[in-house]
Amino acid sequence: MIANFATVLGEWRSLASGLVNTIWICALSGAASLILAVPVSLLLVTRRRALRAAARAGVDVMRAIPFLMLLFIVYYCLPALHVRLSSWTCGLTALIAYNTAYVAEILRGAWAHLPREQEEAGRAFGYAGLALYRRIILPQILIATGPVLGNQMITLVKNSAFLMVITIPDLTFMANQVQAIYFVPFETLLVAVALYWLICMAIEWAVRGMDRVAVVRGHE
Amino acid sequence: MTWSSLLADLARGALTTLTVSLSGIALGTVLGLMLALVRVGRVPVAAQAVTTWVSVIRATPMVTLVLLVFFGLPGLGIRMSPVAAAIVTILMNTSVFQAEIWRAALLDFPRGQLEAARAGGMTRAVTFRRIVFPQVWRASLPALVNEMTLVIKGSPAVAVIGVVDLTRVAVRITTVTYEPMRPFLTAAAIYVVVVMVLLRAQHATERRLVARYGTL
Repeated sequence: MIANFATVLGEWRSLASGLVNTIWICALSGAASLILAVPVSLLLVTRRRALRAAARAGVDVMRAIPFLMLLFIVYYCLPALHVRLSSWTCGLTALIAYNTAYVAEILRGAWAHLPREQEEAGRAFGYAGLALYRRIILPQILIATGPVLGNQMITLVKNSAFLMVITIPDLTFMANQVQAIYFVPFETLLVAVALYWLICMAIEWAVRGMDRVAVVRGHE
Repeated sequence: MTWSSLLADLARGALTTLTVSLSGIALGTVLGLMLALVRVGRVPVAAQAVTTWVSVIRATPMVTLVLLVFFGLPGLGIRMSPVAAAIVTILMNTSVFQAEIWRAALLDFPRGQLEAARAGGMTRAVTFRRIVFPQVWRASLPALVNEMTLVIKGSPAVAVIGVVDLTRVAVRITTVTYEPMRPFLTAAAIYVVVVMVLLRAQHATERRLVARYGTL
């Protein structure tokens, strides 16, 4: 077994490139979906009924289907509609769209639980519309949802492993390739699991850092 | 491909998805409860081991885990068919999440009741069976159903090792007919229905429990 681990470590370049791909795919998708989730969460509470119903339906469908299903729909169905995308574009689009629906629902839920007085105090000071949202509501939502967003980020990392199915060289794809070449499946995949664990520990560590900021700002 | 043969194929795939998911969930509930009891009961060494195990498996993608179980475990002399490997993977995955759900409910359990049971002369096993469990499962129900929907949504990972589940059936049909829209959108609709049915069943059960016990 030690010899097998030595074989795996000899292939560290492949695993490292997979790890780097997984990290930047997740960082990019996480950031993009957090930004996109803000307008989507606003659509979920808009007074225009048709718009709200459409946003609600979209978010609910995303939250009811497996990520792999969405990935295949983007990967196989768009070319049938004469939209040709590279597997990278497909993968990132699907990952961002899927994650945006979940984050939007998290933001909407946090807003619903925010004390109304905050909003009213903001209005009393002359804030309205976008400024009210951006300066008063959004900062509080982000602080309140820190741990939940962290969990969602971990889910995103785990969903990103599905991208191997459409041949994107992420950590799982590279680990699978190394194990198939050298036939050391147990050791290779164990190393991959350890690397995923490290990524998730880093996310949890970041969330704890955010919690400290929240406490400093007077949130419990 | 006619609608009837398309639906028949997808139904077979959906059956595999449900069989694999539900077996994994059922076994995972039992294992998850045991893991939670080890942690809450602070069993020396074992509790620490469970904590680490939960942390590692929680961070492992289902795809990576299923590859490890199917390709990796034979290296340790544990050989399984794809379907068995799929069930074991789901069991490993869901048991650690369910362990966290049970643990939260157990830690929330009022101490007064435990003391009353002890004063009444109940042993720990009897207290658990007659006092703790009947209340704790009700409190955990919403989170457990939520976890079940997560398992269903993670289950396509088992297609990677060749289990012909709902997702893989849709891929197979597409590679034969070169017509992706119908199989994929229908398969997606089946997933939506399965998840909705689970959530409806949970709401109905909750309502019945609230009507009977006043609270969950």
